[in-house]
Amino acid sequence: MNNEKKQAPKQKILIVDDSELNRAILADMLGDEYDIIEAEDGWQAVETLQKGIGISLVLLDIVMPNMNGFEVLDIMNKNRWIEDIPVIMISTENGSSHVERAYELGVTDFIGRPFDALIVHRRVVNTILLYSKQKKLMSMVADQIYEKEKQSSLMIDILSHIVEFRNGESGLHVRNVRLLTELLLKRLVQKTSKYQLSRGDISIISTASALHDIGKVAIPEEVLNKPGRLTDEEFTLMKTHAEIGARMLEDLPFYSDEPLVKAAYEICRWHHERFDGRGYPDGLAGDAIPISAQMVALADVYDALTSERVYKKAIAHEEAVKMILEGKCGVFNPMVLECLTDIADTLQQELHNIRAAQNDRDIRSIAEELFRHEELGASERAVQLLEHERTKYNFFAALTQEIQFEYNLSPSMVTISAWGADKLGLPEVVMDPYSDQRVVQIFGKGLRGLSDALRSTTPEQPMVTYDCKVCLEGEERWMRIISRATWSVDEPPRYMGAIGKAMDIHEAHMKLAELEQAAAHDPLTGLFNHARAKKIIRERMESRPNGQFALVILDLDHFKNANDNYGHIFGDRVLIHMAEQLRKCIRGGDIPARVGGDEFLIFLEYKGEAEPVIQRIFTSLLGKYEDFPISVSMGVARTADVGNDYEELFHAADQALYAVKRGGRGHFRLYDPSMKEMLSVISPMDSETGESGAGALPKEEEEA
Amino acid sequence: MNLKECYAALGGDYDGVISRLRSERMVQKFALKFLADGSYDLLRQSMDQKNYEEAFRAAHTIKGVCQNLSFSRLYESSSQLSEALRSGWTPEADVLLPQVEQDYLLTTDALKELSKEAGA
Repeated sequence: MNNEKKQAPKQKILIVDDSELNRAILADMLGDEYDIIEAEDGWQAVETLQKGIGISLVLLDIVMPNMNGFEVLDIMNKNRWIEDIPVIMISTENGSSHVERAYELGVTDFIGRPFDALIVHRRVVNTILLYSKQKKLMSMVADQIYEKEKQSSLMIDILSHIVEFRNGESGLHVRNVRLLTELLLKRLVQKTSKYQLSRGDISIISTASALHDIGKVAIPEEVLNKPGRLTDEEFTLMKTHAEIGARMLEDLPFYSDEPLVKAAYEICRWHHERFDGRGYPDGLAGDAIPISAQMVALADVYDALTSERVYKKAIAHEEAVKMILEGKCGVFNPMVLECLTDIADTLQQELHNIRAAQNDRDIRSIAEELFRHEELGASERAVQLLEHERTKYNFFAALTQEIQFEYNLSPSMVTISAWGADKLGLPEVVMDPYSDQRVVQIFGKGLRGLSDALRSTTPEQPMVTYDCKVCLEGEERWMRIISRATWSVDEPPRYMGAIGKAMDIHEAHMKLAELEQAAAHDPLTGLFNHARAKKIIRERMESRPNGQFALVILDLDHFKNANDNYGHIFGDRVLIHMAEQLRKCIRGGDIPARVGGDEFLIFLEYKGEAEPVIQRIFTSLLGKYEDFPISVSMGVARTADVGNDYEELFHAADQALYAVKRGGRGHFRLYDPSMKEMLSVISPMDSETGESGAGALPKEEEEA
Repeated sequence: MNLKECYAALGGDYDGVISRLRSERMVQKFALKFLADGSYDLLRQSMDQKNYEEAFRAAHTIKGVCQNLSFSRLYESSSQLSEALRSGWTPEADVLLPQVEQDYLLTTDALKELSKEAGA
């Protein structure tokens, strides 16, 4: 049953032609050997290429709706896709100017109609072969770099192994020192930028660390492998290995300028120096000792302690770290010791791993990365990394539940995150969104507004926060769009598009609107408060300076009685009732408000005479609330008499009201200039104080 | 009516198409597909609506398809029409359109005959 052939996936050819029949003919000719993807016009072609799905070849027509073949080539050039994807143009346009232009835009081949099936087939196959050969060559070069690095690493290993062998060491010492050095350095660069070490430097130092003891080849075997304590004389001899190793490297006829050789020199010479200057051979102190040597020194000590030697047993990890920290093996740079403490917990595990796995950690370099993907060339690896980034992006975009988008100006297209597209009911890619009906329906005028805002940014300040109403499933919601315009790097910078996200801020926005509403309204009656009414009335008068307006101030007669006899709760109910009556008796454009206490105002526009309108309002306000008889006093001022200044209008109406009160309440009066000298009922100067002025009785006492 | 006779009837180059597309099966398959191609309708419609840019593309598409299939007669007239429309309307376009119509009907009539026999 197991006859499934494990086939390499077919290479993909993108056929771009607006005639279905033409596409079908080409597809028929090539479909056996290749995966065919079709595009009806330039837009679809660009959309497909944008996805980066690994198109091996494009067959491109010239004359097409929406975007023609030359425009597609322009975009392929701008995005440098043309460097990786060969294009064969197939067209009826055989004029030499067309052919020339096509070649200038980087097409590999031009086939005129009517085409010969065999020729098309042959040229497609040849072009794809040519390009895959080129890719293969690229990956071969990468492989050779890797191969070379692997070999030089191997040579170093062999060399250092000879030293170890002679020392009678376990054979793992070089390995361990190298790994320890690398781990320590990596930790160091996380902690401080003081030593300015790049990844490359770390790699070089770690590799060079393998050579730290090469000078020992010059030390007599009896001294090197003496089981007991060394005599002073022997120890002096032993100590020369540092300088000898350094000299061996210095005397190299070639390569002495190589970074690796330089690092190895530092390490050989100074890996027995100590931070306090009490090491050998030069007695350097502090950071006069290169950091490479400081690190190898520590790694060397640690591994020596934890390994078994002819003259000693292995010491446990914890004990070894403790001894080093206590300074039993000499003084180290405190920063270097911190690195050791930081990695102490994982150190054993790491060393164990390296011992267990006889893998190729020897080659710690970029080539190692390539090695893992040996079957892939460099450009394919880039595609794979890109694909990985895309997966990551999509994953996080899906988790955040945000509408994320990327807008590209030329060609005009917007790409929306999967979640966002689903939420908006749009496809993930929309070409020419400004004229796409679906997009326009959702965003309406907001689309232009956002575009204008983005275009007016600068490369220095490209951020835009834009609130707008959108229509989602027939429901209007507030969205906040945070977006960043992308500008080209050339001079002058060009607007290229934008990236951004849209958030639903409907709830928050409505809350804000509610607060605004609350600030503008009287909480008891729900009418406008005086401040808001004043603002609206002013706006109204400004917008219609020639309108006939009247301001009515009214006051509930004997309201104090309602409060006194029935309690404040009842009083409140009377006020609410009044507000309702007020709403009922006015017309749509009129503005009712509660001024304060039992005073209300109405601002209205009339035609012809004011009095009948006022009379109607006055009459309809009279009546009873439960047992409480409702009667009002009203003062009215017309803009025709006092002009369009609100304060004056209010003052005049107030004076008219005062005149009504003086005349026994329960009626209304229009302001006339004879009232000018009267005092106010409610203007701040005397309404609150309770003091009786000339002829004016404070309200509360008036009721008594 | 076989394929060769059909080509003779519609004024096409049978030998040419066979030498280019290599197989009679393939030529017949795509020749018959021409009946379902919407470009001609689009041409008529665009001319009626005076959308000459669209009309140019439609004429151009017919030209390209005919060239591929060696429908020489319709290729000739659609080619002239598409040139007449390349930069918008010209008086020749109105003169050339009836010729394209005539050739199109001739071509499709022959193809329908072929289709009947192929189906039978």
